[in-house]
Amino acid sequence: MTAMIDITDAKKTFTMHLQGGIELPVVSGVTFHVNPGECVVLSGPSGAGKSSILKMIFGNYRCDSGRIGIRHRDTLIDLATAEPRQVLNVRRATIGYVSQFLRAVPRVATIDVVAEPLIVNGMARADAQARAGELLHRLNIPERLWQLPPATFSGGEQQRVNIARGFISDLPILLLDEPTASLDAANRAVVVALVAEKKRRGVAMVAIVHDDEIRHLIADRIVDVTSFAAAA
Amino acid sequence: MADALENDQPLLVATSLSKSYGRIAACRDVSFSLHPGEVLAIVGESGSGKSTLLQLLSGQLAASGGHVSYRMRDGVTRDLATLGEAERRFLFRTDWGFVHQDPAQGLRMAVSAGANVGERLMAVGWNHYGRIRETASDWLGRVEIDTARIDDAPRSYSGGMRQRLQIARNLVTEPRLVFMDEPTGGLDVSVQARLLDLLRSLVAELNLAVVIVTHDLAVARLLSHRVMVMKGGRVIETGLTDQVLDDPREPYTQLLVSSILPA
Repeated sequence: MTAMIDITDAKKTFTMHLQGGIELPVVSGVTFHVNPGECVVLSGPSGAGKSSILKMIFGNYRCDSGRIGIRHRDTLIDLATAEPRQVLNVRRATIGYVSQFLRAVPRVATIDVVAEPLIVNGMARADAQARAGELLHRLNIPERLWQLPPATFSGGEQQRVNIARGFISDLPILLLDEPTASLDAANRAVVVALVAEKKRRGVAMVAIVHDDEIRHLIADRIVDVTSFAAAA
Repeated sequence: MADALENDQPLLVATSLSKSYGRIAACRDVSFSLHPGEVLAIVGESGSGKSTLLQLLSGQLAASGGHVSYRMRDGVTRDLATLGEAERRFLFRTDWGFVHQDPAQGLRMAVSAGANVGERLMAVGWNHYGRIRETASDWLGRVEIDTARIDDAPRSYSGGMRQRLQIARNLVTEPRLVFMDEPTGGLDVSVQARLLDLLRSLVAELNLAVVIVTHDLAVARLLSHRVMVMKGGRVIETGLTDQVLDDPREPYTQLLVSSILPA
């Protein structure tokens, strides 16, 4: 089987120039792969570098060395050395990222925030909104809120809007940073079901989940990040 | 937008651009290329050379060294320095836009809003009054100006409305490249948010290539794909916008990013 994500010996250090140039090692020797239809959960205590690894896979953090191999439209691209335009292409067509927090534009309606990734990829607005509506409905966001911008919503509601936006696309790779952190049991179950559906469609996922029960439900494999942190 | 970003032919290419005033170098050895649909933000504080660079790129200032080339609508790439004055003006009226920080610089304050927008159309040969007025009115609507105000001069408009009118005037000829110099600069925060939102959707919808100069990193984050950080006339760091802002490498970029006041 051909891996969707293939990371080899990736290293990340922050150099804090404003603090006298202190070197802050984050991770080193990061090596693992993710196959289609598989969910790999990163484990390790806070500060071990789990989120940093997700950000490196998304091309949000740069690597000092090593390789972040991503299968993008049947070719292998090394995101650690890719040009900005290539990274943007990979994000639009291949990698989705569900962060912990929603970063929304002030005036855009919730339904459009969720539908946007589909519209950007060329789907007609009405179709995209219909798909967005289905997902919002499943995630228990009442229809009367759909036309409002999510900025005024509660933390849990914003996170569900964020999840809907992240899960709506048919991208072959999905990165999940604490997707269930502030959700109640019913909505956690919805997220678990969404992850299972993505697996059936062959989506490769990397997740950070602190909740043991959820981790048990979604993880096919666990990668312990502690060894990468210790080596840094 | 999907196709545009994968279009491998750059629209604008700057090669080793420099500008000095006597012994003072305002801009040193700047090179980059911009593709259709791509938004590039130039950030840095006052005096970093970012406005000089914008003027060099748009051919308003002659470079001391290096050159700028642009792929014209007919597909031919031309060195801007070799364009005649008439050709350059034509480019400015058709394929390019320039949004100034101060709308008074980009608008004619004493003539009506409709005429401000219509003028760009007449410059490219439109002569049917009814169609010009109809298109102008359509554009006022797109930038969220009440079309009942079409006959009022921008003198009577608020700052935010003037800026939106300037944008309509620039976009009515469907340019492929728009230069923006601190477009949200003098506006109240709430007015800024609305304008940014509008710019963001228009840029995506029209697949515009944009070079935007701003000292506001939030503006860069919201609008741009890529960022160039300038200091002392040089580009000191460049990359994907979220990479540069979330993982800044250079001491000066780290200082800029850490100086943002949390809202």
